[in-house]
Amino acid sequence: MARLKTRLRDIKSFIIYRFVFLNGIISIIVLGLILAFLIANSIRFFLSYPILEFLTGQKWSPTVLEKFGFLPLLTGSLLVTFGAIVIAIPLGIGSAIYIGELAPRAVREILKPIIEVLATIPSVVIGFIGIKLLAPIIKDLFNLSIGLTALAGSVMLAFMSLPTIISISEDAINAVPNRYRHASVALGATKWETTYRTVIPSASSGIAAAVMLGLGRIVGETMTVLMITGNSPRIVFSWLQPVRTITATIAAEMGETVQGGLHYSSLFAIGLILFLITFLINFISDRFINKIRES
Amino acid sequence: MNDDKIKIKVRNYGFYYGTVKVLSDVNMDIQENAITSIIGPSGCGKTTFLRTFNRMNELLPNTRVEGEIIIDGIDIYKDNIDVVDLRKRIGMVFQRPNPFPKTIYENIIYGPRLHRKYTKKQLGSIVESSLKRAALWDEVKHKLNTNALDLSGGQQQRLCIARVLAVNPEIILMDEPASALDPISTQKIEDLMDELKENYTIIIVTHNMQQAARVSQKAAFLLTESTGEPATLIEYDDTNKIFTNPRDKRTEDYITGRFG
Repeated sequence: MARLKTRLRDIKSFIIYRFVFLNGIISIIVLGLILAFLIANSIRFFLSYPILEFLTGQKWSPTVLEKFGFLPLLTGSLLVTFGAIVIAIPLGIGSAIYIGELAPRAVREILKPIIEVLATIPSVVIGFIGIKLLAPIIKDLFNLSIGLTALAGSVMLAFMSLPTIISISEDAINAVPNRYRHASVALGATKWETTYRTVIPSASSGIAAAVMLGLGRIVGETMTVLMITGNSPRIVFSWLQPVRTITATIAAEMGETVQGGLHYSSLFAIGLILFLITFLINFISDRFINKIRES
Repeated sequence: MNDDKIKIKVRNYGFYYGTVKVLSDVNMDIQENAITSIIGPSGCGKTTFLRTFNRMNELLPNTRVEGEIIIDGIDIYKDNIDVVDLRKRIGMVFQRPNPFPKTIYENIIYGPRLHRKYTKKQLGSIVESSLKRAALWDEVKHKLNTNALDLSGGQQQRLCIARVLAVNPEIILMDEPASALDPISTQKIEDLMDELKENYTIIIVTHNMQQAARVSQKAAFLLTESTGEPATLIEYDDTNKIFTNPRDKRTEDYITGRFG
């Protein structure tokens, strides 16, 4: 009887172990399949379209001219992303410092959950706000014919990435042990000197991870930029012009392609590049996060 | 050494956390260039009392001080006192070594650089002289650019003392500076204190009776007589007298280990 009981227990733990293992392995398999799917569908494009022309081409005109130049989409994505980072990083880190170090406890306990809730606003709603509120302001402010520009995309994407940047930076600031603050204050440092010379350097790898994760959100975002950046795949170097990002191109054009055609597979090709970009960003941010855990 | 010069006068001092009074009616004169130890059972407000002298208690919300703490003739709780300047004059060594997660060099120059600009050469000599005075120079002179957290606990604590010395304070507060250390490191810290008292006024909180007897010239005994009541200063005298021939029965009971 006792032997049967141990045997049952062994079987049970064996099954649980296998089940957990399976769950873990499935996510890895799925990730691999996604990559394989992207490659399989884009291979036709890489085989039949000169890769140099793809990477250096200055025109994206898949249906009229049958030109698949990647540069306009890349510059579009870079403009919007870079603008968003320039806005989001100082604002995000500044807010995190305020919430983590300077705000009274009561203010902190109200602000932090509100900011985390902001992260849950659907991107299509952010897009609405961009179209209805931001675009007209940009149009009037800079005297443009249209407000749907790279700048509009940058501002709204910055807004979307702020909750991530603020929340994780604030966690990092909070994790700095009080004994460092006390040591600094006891040496005659002011509150600000303590924050600036001790707390921020100690939290720097966490803040860097927060920025990278925010950046991941900015680069991959589709719906908002599709709605508010003007959808014009041209190479421009001004934030006051309409652009189109990699993500928006895929979303806008996928519906009108012939399945299996060159245009169809070209969208997979740019999707593959996007995947590599976001993978790289996540990989780097993971390294930063691991560095915090070690210290 | 000037035996009788008074550096700090404590007058009718009391301390509140919120509405709870934890210290009451403390009066004592602290000698310059001497070591004064504050002894007493756990939770009697020794650390709170120590943190009064550099106003570190103000980092906690809802605290209040009554009475006067007069350093060099000036009440440090007056409104027009510059707290930053006060803390520059009064260094503090904490119970657990707390070097910054920076290099040894950066730890030392942290304080000086807050208060004025120095050339690289000046900083170098501040680092050397501070580490020498803290009896740490020979052990670390070849690795000033390694992370301070790689040092042993005893070395870290001496680094913290060197960091305080680099600011050139007049008074050094020590909150059980050796309680987290091994006996050999403790010995080194105690020897160091003995040398430092030539130039600094030192106040040390300690749990360790023998340590108080070994290092200090004056000793103050704080005690909470019954729970809920604030602690008071039971006896304050030459260390010799406190440990050999205390006036008060409660002091005698405490130092002979009958409670606490």
